[in-house]
Amino acid sequence: MRGVASSRGEAGAMKERRERIGAMHGAGGEVMGRLLSEHILPKFALRSAGPVGLDALDDGASLSLPDGEVVVTTDAHVVHPLFFPGGDIGRLAACGTVNDLAAMGARPVACTLAMVVEEGFPLDELDTILSSCAQILWETETALVAGDTKVMGRGELDGVVLTMTGIGVAQRVIRDSELQAGDVLLVTGPVGDHGMALIAAREEFHLESDLLSDVAPLWPLIGELLAEVRITAMKDPTRGGLAAAVNEMARKGEIGVELDEKSIPVRAQVRAVANLLGLDPLQAACEGRAVLGVSPADAQRALEILHRTELGKDAAIIGWVGEHRPGKVVLNTSVGGRRLLEMPLGDPLPRIC
Amino acid sequence: MKADQFALRDPLRGQALARALQRLAPERPVRIVHVCGTHEITISEHGLRHVLPEGVSVLEGPGCPVCVTSTVDLDRAVRLAEQGVAVCTFGDMMRVPGSRKTLDEARALGAPVHTVLSAADAVGLARKNPAQDVVFFAVGFETTAPGTAAVLLDDPPGNFSVLCSHKLIPPAVQKLVNMPGTGLDGLLAPGHVSTVIGAGAYAGLAGEHCIPVVVGGFEPLDVLYALLLLLRQVADGRAQVENAYPRAVSWEGNRQAQNLLATAFRVSDAKWRGIGEIPCSGLAVRAELSRFDAALKYDVPAVEGQEVVPGCRCADVLVARAVPSDCPLFGGECTPLTPVGPCMVGAEGACAVWHRHGERPAL
Repeated sequence: MRGVASSRGEAGAMKERRERIGAMHGAGGEVMGRLLSEHILPKFALRSAGPVGLDALDDGASLSLPDGEVVVTTDAHVVHPLFFPGGDIGRLAACGTVNDLAAMGARPVACTLAMVVEEGFPLDELDTILSSCAQILWETETALVAGDTKVMGRGELDGVVLTMTGIGVAQRVIRDSELQAGDVLLVTGPVGDHGMALIAAREEFHLESDLLSDVAPLWPLIGELLAEVRITAMKDPTRGGLAAAVNEMARKGEIGVELDEKSIPVRAQVRAVANLLGLDPLQAACEGRAVLGVSPADAQRALEILHRTELGKDAAIIGWVGEHRPGKVVLNTSVGGRRLLEMPLGDPLPRIC
Repeated sequence: MKADQFALRDPLRGQALARALQRLAPERPVRIVHVCGTHEITISEHGLRHVLPEGVSVLEGPGCPVCVTSTVDLDRAVRLAEQGVAVCTFGDMMRVPGSRKTLDEARALGAPVHTVLSAADAVGLARKNPAQDVVFFAVGFETTAPGTAAVLLDDPPGNFSVLCSHKLIPPAVQKLVNMPGTGLDGLLAPGHVSTVIGAGAYAGLAGEHCIPVVVGGFEPLDVLYALLLLLRQVADGRAQVENAYPRAVSWEGNRQAQNLLATAFRVSDAKWRGIGEIPCSGLAVRAELSRFDAALKYDVPAVEGQEVVPGCRCADVLVARAVPSDCPLFGGECTPLTPVGPCMVGAEGACAVWHRHGERPAL
């Protein structure tokens, strides 16, 4: 059988060869069934959010959702390398899904996972990736209710591609277009960690650092905020970093934003890597941060709530919203200058999420 | 968490310099010119123009080597590549529009064009491929020219030659002083170039033309400090050369680099894009090394081409008569993705820098 390339019984002093994914693992038969029952299902503790869940292995799942507005998001994850300092593609996919829901003000309820794996991919690495993904879903009480597994030939894709769809429920949906004049802008932690950690991890740049990606689930942090504070607008600054996120908020809200550079939390290492490569840390991706607007009356309370959490302990007020220069973001620089913070033309680095 | 831990970006020192600068607000408009793309990047990225007192403007002159490379030279490089000669040059040069096409477009059509990081890389390519003629299209000021000189004097292989478009900064500044409409009140002299030529190279400018000159470094506080010294000279009515970048620049400069330049090159007249011919402002390969001079080795005629596209104000930007946002094409028809003029292509071109770093005269 081509499915599991096992070395059991093979002669020689060679170490036991790793089990690897074969074409049969995606072929819908007995081999795939074993992959599901032995390697996938047991990792995910929450497997239903309604009458028909993952265990039914039916054509779909059914959900019984609590009251509120249903929010749906979907994302394909193609990060390179698959294992990076601070996480892996499994953790990234789960956090990306949860965070997109959280940034809409929605509590994550359920999700689906479609995975495409390259033939020959080591099974133990796939186990690690799935465990990372499952861990985040467990922490955020998100059920995995449906999934799909496909295998593509060697060289037809780079390792693993994970696509997740998330379903959440919001009591009040928070848009990224609703910033109001007078709002105060906060960020929940240091920016640019993910983008710069990935750059530092890529061999071609010959850098050594102990920089870690910030990849983390924003729920329940956002939930705690929502319980006490009215968030007017929110976004998670992934590709294009803080610069892209705030520009999008300013454009969609047709409102002007002023940022104070010296208040924006950026780790010294992130700044060092960025300076070395001529990149702007404000354009580097985050995977565990949110940028949000609140009324001035709520700003201190929001900051207190964030500061009492591990994820939000470096949260900061970074700017304010006005009617001056609608659609534009003005950066008040550390040395006292001013410039526009432009929308990046594109993320300087491909395949970061 | 401290927002910035680099002493040369320290907010408190920045504020102190800003206050000192504000006290030097001039009674009449003062125009300071710099001639260095890296200065423009620092000024724009940190929004330093907004720290200056009212009436003081800082403009970029011919400070981007890629931008001032004449289409005559660029067209020649394209023609050489089209004839099958491997043309090597810096990445910045690849997308600069010539009068017919860019080097990048020539490459897309199959011409052998290579991006290199140094002249030595081009020599390496020539040694590895002895049957292939290799030309290094040499652009840049006194900063990059010593690298070209070094390979010319290090017995390069016979299939290697140089298409020399190196230019000199002091004659260009001299030309700017004499041009109508530039009204130069002070020069922020380029740190990189000055490490090679030395602060003393500007003595004539200060002495004969009564232009205050201050050599500046590239961190925001370096630039603010240099501007402070310039405004003090203007306020005092002095014109002398001061060095605000002594940690890198000496009065004499780098003698070894100067010797390399003098041995490999002779000073020649040169054509600057958007400015025209400037006497004694270029470097040409010396007669003793003529076998490595691509202009003599190959029969590629120098044809006058269109230097600037109609409507594009690069020519005014390059002589500090206009800032990028004065150009009607800036940010609309002309962006880094769809550059019309050379100043939007080079990473150090004023228009590209303004576009990338969101620099605007009023915010």
